[in-house]
Amino acid sequence: MTLNAGDAIPELKTTPDKYLPHRYAGASGDFNPIHIDPEFAKAVGLPNTILHGLYMMGLTARAAAEAAGGDPRSLKRLSVQFRGMGAPETEIVVSGEVRSVEDGRATIDVVAAQGDNQTIRNAEAEVEV
Amino acid sequence: MSVKTEAVGKEWPATTYEVGKEKIGEYAGVLGIGNPVHFDREAAKAAGYRDVVAPPMFAVVYSSPAMAPAMFDPDVGMNFAAMVHGGQEFEWGEPACSGDEITTTARCVDIQEKDGKGFYIFETDSVNQNGDRVARGTWTLIVRGV
Repeated sequence: MTLNAGDAIPELKTTPDKYLPHRYAGASGDFNPIHIDPEFAKAVGLPNTILHGLYMMGLTARAAAEAAGGDPRSLKRLSVQFRGMGAPETEIVVSGEVRSVEDGRATIDVVAAQGDNQTIRNAEAEVEV
Repeated sequence: MSVKTEAVGKEWPATTYEVGKEKIGEYAGVLGIGNPVHFDREAAKAAGYRDVVAPPMFAVVYSSPAMAPAMFDPDVGMNFAAMVHGGQEFEWGEPACSGDEITTTARCVDIQEKDGKGFYIFETDSVNQNGDRVARGTWTLIVRGV
């Protein structure tokens, strides 16, 4: 897989269904009720249940690894900042641009967003190419 | 009020997590990853892995148990009602495969107050049964109104 500075990586688009946060909770072990219990989420001032930030980081990791050809070994480092809250039943788009390629390693700037709401910002992925 | 910083430098007892094939598949499936190296032993071996391999972000599954005692330590004293996960970084080494026993140690590397928020930075170091580093994590937790 050839990646050059300035290249956009293929966009990853997915719409987590209503029960996705329950399945992610089971898969990850993170049962924080703000992700799975609407009554609890509203009681602590949220509009509704929110997606796990680490789920969206997982999608970011998947997009970066797929850009490098899909071998999970190719992802060497990923750093993200969690900002806006993610909502179930809304499409997530992960996009990115290759910042630099040096010594067989590409650095990719990645963003995950739902519409204008950037849920993962300033993400930086390093992949072997 | 201000943040307590006594816990900076503190390390908590290691936790060990045994990686299972079906757990890897469950995690990869929820992220929509279809690569057979996460589900099928023969496909994983054909790709050069020791066994079915975990997606990189499976690091949260084997390293989070080491973070729990750190986060709940009264020496750290975080107010959970006002806490958000602000940032996360992982650096990966040897892939985590089914059957691996991964030992993770958590350490508090920094606690700072900025603009009325407390920034708590922890590091986790995860090594497998052969002593190879699998992942290093940096966890940034932010507490509002400290």
